Amino acid sequence: MRKNWPVLALGAALLVGLALPLATGASSLGFYIEVLLGGLMTGVLYSLVALGFALIFKASGVFNFAQGAMVLFAALAVARLAEAVPLWLAIVLATAIMVALAWVIERVVLRPLVNQEGVTLLMATLGVTYFLDGFGQTVWGSDIYKIDLGIAKEPVMILEKLFEGGILVNKEDFLVAMVAAGLVAGLTLFFQKTATGRALRAVADDHQAAQSVGIPLNHIWVIIWSVAGFVALVAGVIWGSQLGVQFSLAQVALKALPVVILGGFTSIAGAIVGGLIIGVGEKMAEVFLGPVLVKAFDLAGGGIENWFAYVLALLFLLVRPEGLFGEKHIDRV
Amino acid sequence: MTGAPAMLSVNGIEVIYNHVILVLKGVSLIVREGGIVALLGANGAGKTTTLRAVSNLLKAERGEVTKGYIEYLGERIERLTPADLVKRGVVQVMEGRHCFAHLTVEENLLTGAYTRSGAETREGLERVYQYFPRLKERRGSQSGYTSGGEQQMTAIGRALMARPRMILLDEPSMGLAPQLVEEIFEIVKELNAKEKVSFLLAEQNTNIALRYAGYGYILENGRVVMDGEGAALAQNEDVKEFYLGFSAGGRKSFRDVKSYRRRKRWL
Repeated sequence: MRKNWPVLALGAALLVGLALPLATGASSLGFYIEVLLGGLMTGVLYSLVALGFALIFKASGVFNFAQGAMVLFAALAVARLAEAVPLWLAIVLATAIMVALAWVIERVVLRPLVNQEGVTLLMATLGVTYFLDGFGQTVWGSDIYKIDLGIAKEPVMILEKLFEGGILVNKEDFLVAMVAAGLVAGLTLFFQKTATGRALRAVADDHQAAQSVGIPLNHIWVIIWSVAGFVALVAGVIWGSQLGVQFSLAQVALKALPVVILGGFTSIAGAIVGGLIIGVGEKMAEVFLGPVLVKAFDLAGGGIENWFAYVLALLFLLVRPEGLFGEKHIDRV
Repeated sequence: MTGAPAMLSVNGIEVIYNHVILVLKGVSLIVREGGIVALLGANGAGKTTTLRAVSNLLKAERGEVTKGYIEYLGERIERLTPADLVKRGVVQVMEGRHCFAHLTVEENLLTGAYTRSGAETREGLERVYQYFPRLKERRGSQSGYTSGGEQQMTAIGRALMARPRMILLDEPSMGLAPQLVEEIFEIVKELNAKEKVSFLLAEQNTNIALRYAGYGYILENGRVVMDGEGAALAQNEDVKEFYLGFSAGGRKSFRDVKSYRRRKRWL
């Protein structure tokens, strides 16, 4: 028996919340769509980080706390390398660095801890997080760096004829969306259709059984951490180009936590959808709910963006702990 | 089977878990080419540990072979990884089936062919479906939702996909209805005859194991206390008394049992 109604209720509440600003005439359509797009774009960035979480969790059952640190590390590597070589070469080199990092993590952290409790592994990745945060600054420096993708940052006005004032969009945002879509499609195919992808899913289900049929755990982990490293790199480059590469990147990346809770820890699609929901949700809440709170309760308003995602995740944990698209725990009784 | 050359030989191995817990205290056994060898004993006797020592899945449980050695086809194998061993033709089917619950039955089977080429994989799949027609019917179902018997078949079929020469089969009867146990053992016999797969089989169900095994070893407290041809073991008075539940006086009520009437002669 699936009890769907709490999820449906939550979904309905979100949709109503989404429609309310328009319905009450609190916002013009043009502005509303701009906020929506802005939210979606932030959401894509959350999704990219969440994707890294989901990948590693799916393939090794490890909750990798270090994903945010990996984003920062990769972004730092690209930013600093790009000072010396062309951007494309910097990205290639940084990818190689991330693969090497995956290899080292497997050797030094995961291999000695094989088959330990999930909590042990979580603590280990926490260690990796702090190491990477510090080591990244040791190697690459701790200033704020820029990544220039070479795409015009000036927003373009579109649909001027349809709305009064038109909608401001950014070319770079569209590129980001394309990249994210491509990544997801590629990864889904990889997981579902290839022998390696199947082996990755097998390892996720049961380490020991996977070993017993001759799947070498060590290779699998290197592969999955490399892929997660690459995803972190993509996220890092995109985020870095928009916000600048700095220490706070690693913190922003923690927003991916509620995203994976919402989308489901094991689901690639979930990471994407969850990211979009949270991105849009928090932008909408900040822009439209904030002023309402100010008026109604005489609060200071603002800051909703910071907690909205977590409250949403908490509600989800109550009604649907496996997330929107997560694998359900199968129990035979 | 006594004439065939030894395929696997375990020589006086001692296994220690966590650096302190001594589980195997010098176990030796031989599996000959084409044989079915049963490893019998109660809970905690060391059956599973022996199989894991062979397949090298011990490390994952923090266990270690500290004395003795294991040879497969004349090669020492204690230092190999489980994956290397699978490539050489030794696959373990773990106790409790351990199917990949979220993968479909067919995907489960395919993972077994990880070490094999594409052509071998397709051919292997056909062969497994031949032996287990039930699995073909359920190929698209998520393995976690299939029955215990189907999961055991999936686990054996998955091992078969690696084209093994020897399968280490741990407790295939666990949690299955007697009729299904019979079915599984019939398939083991068939695989042994047709596919030339040798079996080392850990079982608590002494009765059925000795009917199918050519040779058997009885483990108690980490030692081999008795070994012999399957039929001979089944006739042995001690085995009858302690493992098969018969005694010299025929069947008896458990109400009358106060203590063992026989002493274990091997102690």
